[in-house]
Amino acid sequence: MASPRDRFLTDATQATRDAPQRDFLRRALGGYYENRDLQKARYRDWEHARDAAAMAKWNAVNRLDRTLATFAANFERNGGRVHWARDGAEARAIISRICREAGAKAVIKSKCMTTEEIHLNDALEAEGYGVVESDLGEFIQQLRKEPPFHFVFPCMHLKREAISELFTRHLGTAATDSPEELTMIARRHLRQLYVDADVGISGANFLVAETGQVSITENEGNARLTCALPRVHIALAGIEKVVDRLDDLAVLLPMLATAGAGQPMTCYNTLYAGPRQPGEPDGPTAFHVVLLDNKRTALLADPEQRDALHCIRCGACLNVCPIFKNIGGFAYGTTYQGPIGSVLTPHLRGLRSWNHLSGASSLCGACTEACPVRIDLHHHLLRNRRNAARAHANVFDKVFHAAFGWVIARPRLFALGGRAFRASLPMLRRLPVPYLRTWLRTRELPGAPARSFRDQWRDSQP
Amino acid sequence: MRVSLFIPCFVDQLTPRVGLATAQVLKGLGHEVEFREAQTCCGQPSFNAGHWDVARDAALRALDVFRGAEAVVGPSASCVAMMRKFYPEVLAGHPRLGEARELASRTFEFGEFLVRKLGVDDVGARMDARATYHDGCHGLRELGLREEPRRLLRGVRGLTLVESEESETCCGFGGLFSVKFPMISTAMAQVKCDALVRSGAEIIVSSDPSCLLQIGGYLTREGKAVRTLHLAEVLAAR
Repeated sequence: MASPRDRFLTDATQATRDAPQRDFLRRALGGYYENRDLQKARYRDWEHARDAAAMAKWNAVNRLDRTLATFAANFERNGGRVHWARDGAEARAIISRICREAGAKAVIKSKCMTTEEIHLNDALEAEGYGVVESDLGEFIQQLRKEPPFHFVFPCMHLKREAISELFTRHLGTAATDSPEELTMIARRHLRQLYVDADVGISGANFLVAETGQVSITENEGNARLTCALPRVHIALAGIEKVVDRLDDLAVLLPMLATAGAGQPMTCYNTLYAGPRQPGEPDGPTAFHVVLLDNKRTALLADPEQRDALHCIRCGACLNVCPIFKNIGGFAYGTTYQGPIGSVLTPHLRGLRSWNHLSGASSLCGACTEACPVRIDLHHHLLRNRRNAARAHANVFDKVFHAAFGWVIARPRLFALGGRAFRASLPMLRRLPVPYLRTWLRTRELPGAPARSFRDQWRDSQP
Repeated sequence: MRVSLFIPCFVDQLTPRVGLATAQVLKGLGHEVEFREAQTCCGQPSFNAGHWDVARDAALRALDVFRGAEAVVGPSASCVAMMRKFYPEVLAGHPRLGEARELASRTFEFGEFLVRKLGVDDVGARMDARATYHDGCHGLRELGLREEPRRLLRGVRGLTLVESEESETCCGFGGLFSVKFPMISTAMAQVKCDALVRSGAEIIVSSDPSCLLQIGGYLTREGKAVRTLHLAEVLAAR
């Protein structure tokens, strides 16, 4: 099987060749910029709001042992059950056991990237459960048997005609290019499935420690039905999702909406505080939270990069990333695409296999500028590159940089080498010189001047 | 003021006219200009590739080369960012970290030096042309320069400054990125250059010679008659 790096090179090359699709993606995100800036202008001071949001996450993540214990205690006091999962396999086993013990047949899900991270759907389907995604974008991707293209906008790569055709093929509906009608088709299809489902599985945008509540943000209302109608509710969340106080949401919820989607607030923001309480007419009778580590504690132990755990998965860094806009989401081959994915994946799935994502960046910093919780994203890519060079640099790279370092430490040799390079450039252009040939395939080089700056400078001095 | 030039290695070897223009503008403002010949490369290529030991040695050399200089001025936001922001990073925990921070405090990008340090926004230049400015990422996001180069360009007689779409979008150079991931780098160049051409400018100006290498290289290959000039070259024109 091809390595993740080889697959990335193949897929990214293919994606960059598809000019219409790249245009489509860039235009789709053009509207985002406009809306985001409009909403940002409503803040008295966006930069201070970023500080406050970063601080809220910093407080929770840097005392994660205590914050999580507080959340777990308060959630269980409300009647819920907390489960701790070291990795994906443990989380899948816990969720599958809950489904089995509940005698479940059908499972409905609201949007949850953490379930993508642990490949939960495949596991549940293999055990015979019917699993249905209820978020419109995820529903579409499930019908297409494709992973999400963007972790906030799962099917943003699709045009309306493609969605209409998909619905015709799978649901037998008439063709339409009206977004409202497409939404209504999915809605009509999904309604009965909520009622039939025994278990609802959701993610969590935030876990509020002081109240033991699960905060879920959505635009479609599907998460409310997923969390309210089935008898059992399971929320799967990474351990970094916790915040200390309910008040923290006052800054985090609007920033999540503005940074991620250019909205003032997401349409539905719900706090789930436990299963059905005595005297209540509805709601699930059992409510489980599965807290997933899956290498997050290893990242927490890295003082340079632990702020990557502040991520609220708003997707802003993808929306502004020129790499993402040109290669799209699939080429990454990861659960989390874009800059945050390139930072996180080497930690979650191994630096050796995934460091190429840290390399595949021009380090432009648009992501860091956009991040509402001030994660030092593009500099973390540099740190990943450093860690990889230390742990397992390839021989060519090592020799290349050692030689380069040796030459630049010797000004006379550097000047001599420069002169030789300039003199032989016309010839070198025709030879298979690594890097030079690659450059020349799509770009010209200026003609080399006869004399360098240092030569001309020396001559001009009295 | 006595200004010590910090000339990026590829400016030295490939576009010496940018270095000469930088010196010319500074001298024209009445400053004494020196060039310390022991300088070579700031080490950024190795730093970006993860070989921080090589970059650290380059940083230590630069501390020696520029010792005692009153102000170090370079016509490349990228190389200045290396010196100002990343030398302290590669020297974290090193006994000479303090020296690196001190050097950072007297190192300036060319346009930044004129506007922020000298308070100049008209150097008496003249160029009859329609120009647009490309924000290099290091200048824009590592050094926080956005208005400074534009103020200088607005001070040029005869020059009309137009904004292009995507002016803050990366050109796709990224050093070795441009040859390690050439398909992505070229796709980014295409997006960038299409917008630059659409702006109707005859000249594309930037504070980063490396961006100009990418933009100029792509436009030339595509047969587009748009010129690229470094900010210093525009400001040296009379």
